Amino acid sequence: MSELRELYQETILEHSRKPRNFGELPSASHKAEGYNPLCGDHYTIFVNLKDGAIDDIRFNGAGCAISKASASMMTQSLKGKTESEAEEIFSRFHDLVTGQQNGTDNLGKLAVFAGVSEFPLRVKCAALAWHALRAALRGDQQAISTE
Amino acid sequence: MSTAVKTPQQLHTEFDVYRIREDFPVLAQQVHGKPLVYLDNAATTQKPLAVIDAISHYYRCDNSNIHRGVHALSERATEAYENARGAAQGFINAADRKEIIFLRGTTEAINLVAQTYGREHVGAGDEVLITAMEHHSNIVPWQILCKQKGAKLRVAPINDRGELVLEEFEKLLGPKTKLVAVSHLSNALGTINPIKQITRMAHERGIPVLVDGAQAAPRMPVDVQDLDCDFYAVSGHKMYAPTGIGFLYGKAALLEAMPPYQGGGDMIASVTFDKTVYNRLPYKFEAGTPNIADTIGLGAAIEYLNQLGLENIEPHEAELLAYATAEVQKIPGVEVVGTAREKAGVLSFVMGEIHPHDIGTILDSEGVAVRTGHHCAQPVMQRYGIPATVRASFGLYNTREEVDALVRGIRKVKEVMG
Repeated sequence: MSELRELYQETILEHSRKPRNFGELPSASHKAEGYNPLCGDHYTIFVNLKDGAIDDIRFNGAGCAISKASASMMTQSLKGKTESEAEEIFSRFHDLVTGQQNGTDNLGKLAVFAGVSEFPLRVKCAALAWHALRAALRGDQQAISTE
Repeated sequence: MSTAVKTPQQLHTEFDVYRIREDFPVLAQQVHGKPLVYLDNAATTQKPLAVIDAISHYYRCDNSNIHRGVHALSERATEAYENARGAAQGFINAADRKEIIFLRGTTEAINLVAQTYGREHVGAGDEVLITAMEHHSNIVPWQILCKQKGAKLRVAPINDRGELVLEEFEKLLGPKTKLVAVSHLSNALGTINPIKQITRMAHERGIPVLVDGAQAAPRMPVDVQDLDCDFYAVSGHKMYAPTGIGFLYGKAALLEAMPPYQGGGDMIASVTFDKTVYNRLPYKFEAGTPNIADTIGLGAAIEYLNQLGLENIEPHEAELLAYATAEVQKIPGVEVVGTAREKAGVLSFVMGEIHPHDIGTILDSEGVAVRTGHHCAQPVMQRYGIPATVRASFGLYNTREEVDALVRGIRKVKEVMG
């Protein structure tokens, strides 16, 4: 039960129920889709880049609590960040959810995802929106897939 | 000596599920500190000792290539392999053993029919008719064929209960329809299709029918002559046999007229560089050294099922399904997807806003193994406007106590997810 509580922390459940920055961003300069064909999770990430920084970021779509909370908290943590800062945060977040890092330095609220590392099958859920974001920033047109 | 006929109730009490569980070593384990409750039988079933031992015995004692050696091992291997064919023939009551083609499973069987019978008989402008509840393996091979031939794939609708709408199905049977492909039991919804009615409707118009029997074969007695289907496809691993083996039944006259699927050894009678004469049935469709060990394992699984009797397994699973359906529906917020009047083995459900993937993780923490996702039936999910379901699917070794564990797990989901 404690591992489950670690995974489904109140912050995560709250974001999955009331995702922030949820919806389309018609003026987006970059966008990409992320899709997990195994469970049907499907998100679109919209980004407006201005002078190399994320001026605005939104997402829409549907999926499990982990993927949706991750997308929601990602948008919060990346607003105002430069592209390279966003890549750096993703890299640290990825290390966190795959258990390759013990500390949660510099991850702020995203540290609540540490519990995911005990559930290897759910790493894809936590990372889905982030992969889509990376594809958006790199200008990949094709929907990214976890498989 | 008593000759009294046993009532179904008496037969059922003789189905001692607790003793039967001892035949399946994998079941006696803990997962996350809880007894394993394996409810993912529609994905694959566990294997009884009889099957594990048959494979082990083959490799320890009889391993050899079949149909060619004159030595003792080859003779024993060939006999065991061909005995499995006889067992498969009896299992679905095929008229002749040569109507049983061993293949990797249902998927390969359907692809074989699409690329042999289909390629010969489906042309530009023709139609192949399937239903809205098919597994991807009974959709995609026909899409490939239709694309190759410029033909059209037609889809008969299902109603809200998940039943095939027979009147609509019949309307779609037209002069251009060259083949019907339909599942016997839906893997996503549990719906049992009225195959006899379907074959009658199709045959009245001279259209052959392929039946995807992957889910039905382990759950109910199947008689292909009574169903009067033209092809019946089965996967071993869903009926307590190993993965990588299954079979296709086809009416002999159809199989005789079909071109081979793959070229190679065993499927030929004679070869020169000018001309090859194909082997007789069933070998014409079994190119290359087959999966001998797992075919023997399949034979052992069929023998095991025959001993227990599908006529006993069917009511046991029906009782579990009825009990589980009633119990989960008592939990507020649980909605069963697929409520066909004729149904078996499969309980698909959703829980409001709680995503099936989260439900699956929490059930797993309670030792309960279910499948979550679209179950390789995305069009079914689209029909209900949902991304996925949770699917509990029953096997012959499941118990009421395991249904109780599932129900406790679902209550835990509500507790965790709020």
